[in-house]
Amino acid sequence: MKHKHLILPALAVAAAAVVTGCATMPSPAELDRETQALMKASFRDQGIAKVDRLNQDLGAAACSSDKEPSDAVAEKIMAEARATVKWPAGGQYFGDWKAGETLAQSGRGSTWTDRADAPNGGNCYNCHQISKQEISFGTIGPSLYNYGKNRGVTDVMAPTAQAVIEYTWSKIYNGKTYNACSNMPRFGHAGLLNEKQMRDLMSLLLDPKSPVNQ
Amino acid sequence: MKTTVLGCAAAVLGLAALGPAMGQDRSAAEGIAEYRKMLEDGNPAELYEAKGEALWKQKRGPKNASLERCDLGKGPGVVKGAFVELPRYFPDTQRVQDLESRLVSCMEMLQGLNGAEIAKTPFGRGEMANVTALATWIAAESRGMRFNLPQSHPEERKSYEIGKRVFFYRGGTHDFSCAACHGEDGKRIRLQDLPNLTKNPGDGVGFAAWPAYRVSNGQMWGMQLRLNDCYRQQRFPYPHFGSDVTIALSTYMGVNAKGAQSIAPSIKR
Repeated sequence: MKHKHLILPALAVAAAAVVTGCATMPSPAELDRETQALMKASFRDQGIAKVDRLNQDLGAAACSSDKEPSDAVAEKIMAEARATVKWPAGGQYFGDWKAGETLAQSGRGSTWTDRADAPNGGNCYNCHQISKQEISFGTIGPSLYNYGKNRGVTDVMAPTAQAVIEYTWSKIYNGKTYNACSNMPRFGHAGLLNEKQMRDLMSLLLDPKSPVNQ
Repeated sequence: MKTTVLGCAAAVLGLAALGPAMGQDRSAAEGIAEYRKMLEDGNPAELYEAKGEALWKQKRGPKNASLERCDLGKGPGVVKGAFVELPRYFPDTQRVQDLESRLVSCMEMLQGLNGAEIAKTPFGRGEMANVTALATWIAAESRGMRFNLPQSHPEERKSYEIGKRVFFYRGGTHDFSCAACHGEDGKRIRLQDLPNLTKNPGDGVGFAAWPAYRVSNGQMWGMQLRLNDCYRQQRFPYPHFGSDVTIALSTYMGVNAKGAQSIAPSIKR
């Protein structure tokens, strides 16, 4: 009788352990750690695409889930992004809208089948409507048709245009400046486009003569 | 026969290119759907299906054995219905495996071929081309059936949870993730519609459409190559064939596609 009492609880504990052992999922934090380890184990270098591309900064890590980061984290990501913005030399924000259009059309560059010296495209039409003439445009980002016109830019040298110009430059330079988890790349910060190329895109978007603003 | 099929495809491609200019009242999606419909009669995937079926039955490898005893999850030799229940957990390898990694295990265990060597072979070459053909035939044997991946084993549920995290993982030079393009309804890249893969995107869409024959490059692609090219375009490094990350992504997409009808092997532009 006495033995029975001792054995039964022991069996119950063992059985419970087996049941929980089978049914319990690792905790979310454990799954996060395991995902990181599996990412490292599942990729290798190929061409210019090295495994260090898997490394995440604060923003990439905080925007890697189906849930938005907290307001505090989002503010920190945006503040850090704004601090990265390098303004164009001599306050020269504008270039050639025609070159900007060509750049906006290209989605090439930076894949493991690209050479290191192959220039990056702006990838713009992949996600945005831009000029009315190009009907093959994506919809991941908002339409940029009439971008300057809709923002009242009739003369890019006018002082009233300055705020829009600076906002647009910072958005192209680092897509996370005003939207922490924006899907837009950080073209200037990541070194994907140079200053001249970004000036050409600025003209495409803001020059009153650009097809974007017709 | 092959030239006729491809010639026909080229002619239809020409027509499809005219589509948008002829009238924008008809959406690009409708035009593309119509174009795919026209191609279905002569899908070159059939050639790979025939090759895959022959390979399944042929005695090959150091052990001079066929794959007819291969267990794809429904018991040795059961092919019909296996595709729509993969990836799943396999006790013999103690891993969750997708169709292609499972085929490599069978080629190793039954035929004595070197699985690690096959996994390292470039797509479209040698034994890797055979894996793709086998996967094409096995998928075709489940055509019209609905996805119903098992989630009873803890490793299967874990694979889903890992896959979800991988799907949202941001990285690379452009900060892209799978979710950047496939996380919302009704989005496009250029004119290409993007299925929302965080839920069931519908019959024959996304996970339920691969393997597929690609008209643009004349290649047969399994899901492993489809994911590989997604990562290339995401500017990520190169995912190992049959890696845990690629299998977990397939588990995530496959479970989300529960109830979706498989049209694989399909035909893509």
